[in-house]
Amino acid sequence: MSAPLVELKDISIAFGGVRAVDRVSLDLHAGEVVGLLGHNGAGKSTLIKILSGAYQMDSGEIRINGEKATINSPRDARRYNIETIYQTLALADNLDAASNLFLGRELTTRLGLVDDAQMEAETRKIMARLNPNFKKLNEPVSALSGGQRQSVAIARAVYFNAKILIMDEPTAALGVHETQMVAELIQELKKQGLGIFLISHDTREMLELCDRVSVMKNGQMIGTERVEDVTEDDILSMIILGRKPGEEAA
Amino acid sequence: MAASEPSATPSAQTKRSLLDQLELDTRLLGMIGAFVLVCVVFNIMTDGRFLTPRNIFTLTVQTVSVAIMATGMVFIIVTRHIDLSVGAILAASSAVMAMTQTQYLPNALGLGLEHPLTPWITIAVGLVVGAAIGCFNGWLVGYQGIPAFIVTLGGFLVWRNVGWYQTSGQTIGPLDPTFMAFGGINGTLGVGLSWIFAALAVAATCWLLFQARRNKVSHDMTPKPLWAEVSLAGLLSALIIGFVWIMNSYEIPTRRLERLFEARGEIMPEGYTEGYGVPISVFLLIAIAIAMTVIARKTRLGRYIFATGGNPDAAELSGINTRLLTVKIFGLMGALCALSAVVASSRLANHTNDIGTLDELRVIAAAVIGGTALSGGIGTIYGAILGALIMQSLASGMAMMGVDAPLQNIVVGAVLVFAVWIDIQYRKRMGEKI
Ligand SMILES: Nc1ncnc2c1ncn2[C@@H]1O[C@H](COP(=O)(O)OP(=O)(O)O)[C@@H](O)[C@H]1O
Ligand SMILES: [Mg+2]
Repeated sequence: MSAPLVELKDISIAFGGVRAVDRVSLDLHAGEVVGLLGHNGAGKSTLIKILSGAYQMDSGEIRINGEKATINSPRDARRYNIETIYQTLALADNLDAASNLFLGRELTTRLGLVDDAQMEAETRKIMARLNPNFKKLNEPVSALSGGQRQSVAIARAVYFNAKILIMDEPTAALGVHETQMVAELIQELKKQGLGIFLISHDTREMLELCDRVSVMKNGQMIGTERVEDVTEDDILSMIILGRKPGEEAA
Repeated sequence: MAASEPSATPSAQTKRSLLDQLELDTRLLGMIGAFVLVCVVFNIMTDGRFLTPRNIFTLTVQTVSVAIMATGMVFIIVTRHIDLSVGAILAASSAVMAMTQTQYLPNALGLGLEHPLTPWITIAVGLVVGAAIGCFNGWLVGYQGIPAFIVTLGGFLVWRNVGWYQTSGQTIGPLDPTFMAFGGINGTLGVGLSWIFAALAVAATCWLLFQARRNKVSHDMTPKPLWAEVSLAGLLSALIIGFVWIMNSYEIPTRRLERLFEARGEIMPEGYTEGYGVPISVFLLIAIAIAMTVIARKTRLGRYIFATGGNPDAAELSGINTRLLTVKIFGLMGALCALSAVVASSRLANHTNDIGTLDELRVIAAAVIGGTALSGGIGTIYGAILGALIMQSLASGMAMMGVDAPLQNIVVGAVLVFAVWIDIQYRKRMGEKI
């Protein structure tokens, strides 16, 4: 079998005295969705931010397609085709959808000036696919609803042909209908062969969408299970008690 | 009548959509309205002395130095920083340039005043010094994490006095005549060239509007109605022509003309008159305004400046090097201070140690009155220039009316706070509407 798309090995990072991520290992294959579960503060966002270049790990190793990867900045992560939808969305509220979608990767004209018309046209195209209701292309994204803002963040990750997609609570601010749309999108991207890390608090949703789920607690990895091998209760007890099903308390 | 007939829409909605269609910038309209009001009121209070070609010429020339720096301050404030050292950087660059043309160049290279290379080498030296100081400020802010307020408060004390040591505190003059052409009255395009400038500006404006329209159509976007586009072109052209006409109507005093003719060994014909035309300093300001607007709207640098101002974390996560960006913005500010120093010192015809004193406050006020939000992410170049013009109009108008200096300051201070209050109310309104 070929090497996993992503291997995270013994990753650790501390903020001051807090060991936010403590010797965590996890891997991800192409065409696979791996879910990360755990209480607030468990270290999920911190772990994926190390992969997306927002934080630098203190120790550990990242391998991509079997080769050691150096990710020291968001720019580095992009070179490995890693795209991230952050929990806090990371949009510039004062800019419109197109400027946000292409932020840091603007299309330019022959003169080297930013090509707003072209970017708007591209945005229109991808939005038609992701969220047909999306109309406010010329307004700052601060004027958009939570769901529409989410579409901009998702469009940004999808447009640039990510191979590795990280979604940190992508449905937290969404209604039922929009959540359904995100779920369908995840299925579609998975079929296209992307590897996806998905973070969510909705255990049932995770069991439907993911191939494997990992549970973190206090910065440590409790365990990773194939979804067909576990029940919702097993997962909940891992989250709450911090031990695998059948395992005795430490 | 068909059910889909749009005439059934309530009138309020039609009005709103008309405004949308025209894509009129209501904030800009408001500022222009305020400016016109200031002009008209002063004109009445001064029995028509405010809106004479002579006063408009003077007003424009006095605005240039602050307006140039205000365009740079927009970028600084948009990225949530502040620069309190612009007046000091202006003084330091001015000192270096004064010494370069009167001491260093004559002593080192044997180039005297009036040597054709002197003004250009001088300006280049000034630009390098200004930009270097700015970059240093930016490095302290971006890479060392010292708040811009502190870095530039320090710079406010440091740089003017570094200039003092350059000149030993002396007033340096006279300056090179070509250099002084940037000062305003000593360097104008003349009537003929000014009209050519007007024609080119009108042509460029129409061409740009046309290009923008074509670009929209080619990307399947609905452009403004044609009549609106044509009216806008007409209005802008009228403004350009009107401005040039006023500058041309300000006539060079007869005695000065006589001297000019004498210098050429000719005798002035009886009843001969000649207008000044557009000052070179105003021409410089227009060029800077265009360049800065292009940077703001059409370059990656500008996009990153606004993105960083809107959400620094998002910018960082999008792979933007916000530290280097800070250095660039402050460096640009420093270079603009040096250009302002060229204009200011040549307007005064010499360098004095107190040149540009209090300019930091005028520049920040101009940017803020022009709609730049201190919370970051919002601001326009034209707004800052209009802001500078409004500030200068208030100052000159009150001076013309003989208002006491203390009261002048009280009024300007109150207007600054009032303008920001209006802006906040406006934003709240817009926020509710959306
Ligand atoms: N930038 C930071 N500085 C200091 N502490 C942080 C930072 N980011 C996260 N932490 C801490 O790391 C721990 C894990 O946080 P996080 O990864 O956001 O958890 P989760 O996403 O699982 O809710 C928390 O204790 C949090 O306070
Ligand atoms: Mg989180």
